Amino acid sequence: MIEVSHLVKSYGTNLALDDVSFTVGEREILGLLGPNGAGKSTAMNIMTGYLSANAGTVCIDGKDILEQPGEAKKRIGFLPETPPLYGDMRVEEYLRFVYDLKQCDYNRDAHLEEICRVTRLYDARRRIIKNLSTGYRQRLGIAQALVGNPKVLVFDEPTVGLDPKQIIEVRNLIRTLGREHTVILSSHILSEVQAVCDRVVILDGGKVLCDEKTNSISRTIQQNTRIRVSICGPQKEVLEVLRAVPEVTSATATGDRERDSFSYFVESAPGTDVRKGVFFAMAQREWPVVGMEQEGYSLEDVFLKLTEGVQPGKKQKK
Amino acid sequence: MFAIYKREMRAYFTTPAGYIFMAIFLCAAGFIFSLTTLQEQSTDVSLYFQILMIAYIVLIPLLTMRSFAEEKRNKTEQLLLTAPVSLWSLVLAKFLAAFTLFLGTVAISSLFFVTLGIYGDPNWGRVLGCTVGMILIGICFIAIGMFLSSLTENQFTAAVTTIGVLCGLVVLAMLNGILDNFVLRQILDWISIYSRYSNFTMGIFDFSSAVYYLSMCGVFLFLTVRVYEKRRFA
Repeated sequence: MIEVSHLVKSYGTNLALDDVSFTVGEREILGLLGPNGAGKSTAMNIMTGYLSANAGTVCIDGKDILEQPGEAKKRIGFLPETPPLYGDMRVEEYLRFVYDLKQCDYNRDAHLEEICRVTRLYDARRRIIKNLSTGYRQRLGIAQALVGNPKVLVFDEPTVGLDPKQIIEVRNLIRTLGREHTVILSSHILSEVQAVCDRVVILDGGKVLCDEKTNSISRTIQQNTRIRVSICGPQKEVLEVLRAVPEVTSATATGDRERDSFSYFVESAPGTDVRKGVFFAMAQREWPVVGMEQEGYSLEDVFLKLTEGVQPGKKQKK
Repeated sequence: MFAIYKREMRAYFTTPAGYIFMAIFLCAAGFIFSLTTLQEQSTDVSLYFQILMIAYIVLIPLLTMRSFAEEKRNKTEQLLLTAPVSLWSLVLAKFLAAFTLFLGTVAISSLFFVTLGIYGDPNWGRVLGCTVGMILIGICFIAIGMFLSSLTENQFTAAVTTIGVLCGLVVLAMLNGILDNFVLRQILDWISIYSRYSNFTMGIFDFSSAVYYLSMCGVFLFLTVRVYEKRRFA
């Protein structure tokens, strides 16, 4: 459905995309994952024809975005980082404008009503856009992309600035849309991509680090196990005892303390569970364990793993 | 293209921009008109048009400053540029919207001449010639203003630079009267927007000047399109 091949884009001397290639199949949800400045937005802007690449091509449903821009753009619905809304218009007016702009060929009112229903904008359709809250704006941005029922939907960070309830709503919406459309979304939140996408392309510094099915990424990440424990006791000695627990590969202090307890990261060999061992070791010394949880890996950890193959760092909390 | 035109027209009247332009234009025109004809008890309108042309320096930027700058600031241009619409139709739609409002305002201000017709016997050929000339100059200025608006994302900057450029054109025309050098004068004569206007004030429809104004307008609209093309690659 979408073929991105060998994209190169530089802003002056700054190389934003460096030979980026990937393809997206029909009705697939692809996540573009990467930290800020990884080139996610640039890639999306090029895919939608807003920017041009220095080299490389983008084909949407067989139409080259530069050679047949009209045909290719008709097949894309794009939600940029900032939803492109006109503050002085009413919601339904705006959607009608987008409908006319995209030169769609449906029953206009029925089509727009359907979109309002899907994105839950129906109650707000008479409101003026500049008075809308962030959640409504974001949903209107998604609604705008849906106008004309394009085959490909490109969402640039669709959940930024939303509250947790809205995030879940938007994720569900995207999942539903993925049944009928090809969806590309970008995010810097690993769990979000894991929750929504079939496949993940990880970008960093303008390069594709990995292009895998979501489940296989999760497997890579879950190979090592890490727990976070809070223990009341002298830090130095506790660390020594922790390291002596069988199968523990490393133990480090997180630097956090809560009254008389300190917290630690304990890592162990893949496929092992050291929680019991840690508990009994501490019980023997009569240092109460006041908290213990399995620690998820953050995006940064994944990057470290992918780029250097080293043990995950301890910077990020869940 | 029609969708963008419609939205632009709507935006002129749902925001103060359109009203402000019309109000200031009509106030200025009315004031100049009463000063140059009614007060002077004259039916000669050429002075009115000459002064009004100076007022354009401030009036036209009011019309064009927001056209592209605002889209860029609100990031709405991303919608327009990723929609299946060509750059030319985008630029033309915006230009036509500004032109429509301008033409409408000029039409209203033409009502002033009715008073001349009632109380005197003006030279209608000259009135018509001047009006056509003014509209052509207006077209030209609108295109310049739009081009400058496409270069910035700040309306104020767009307005100020437009005023600056239009002022520069007036100064160029004035230099023409001062300079001794024949060759320089000739060159300035060719490029000056104002000196082309003189035939219209005599009631002559100067075809070459009309072509000149329209092609100037075309050049600036073309440049605006190029600004967007270039930005995609920058």
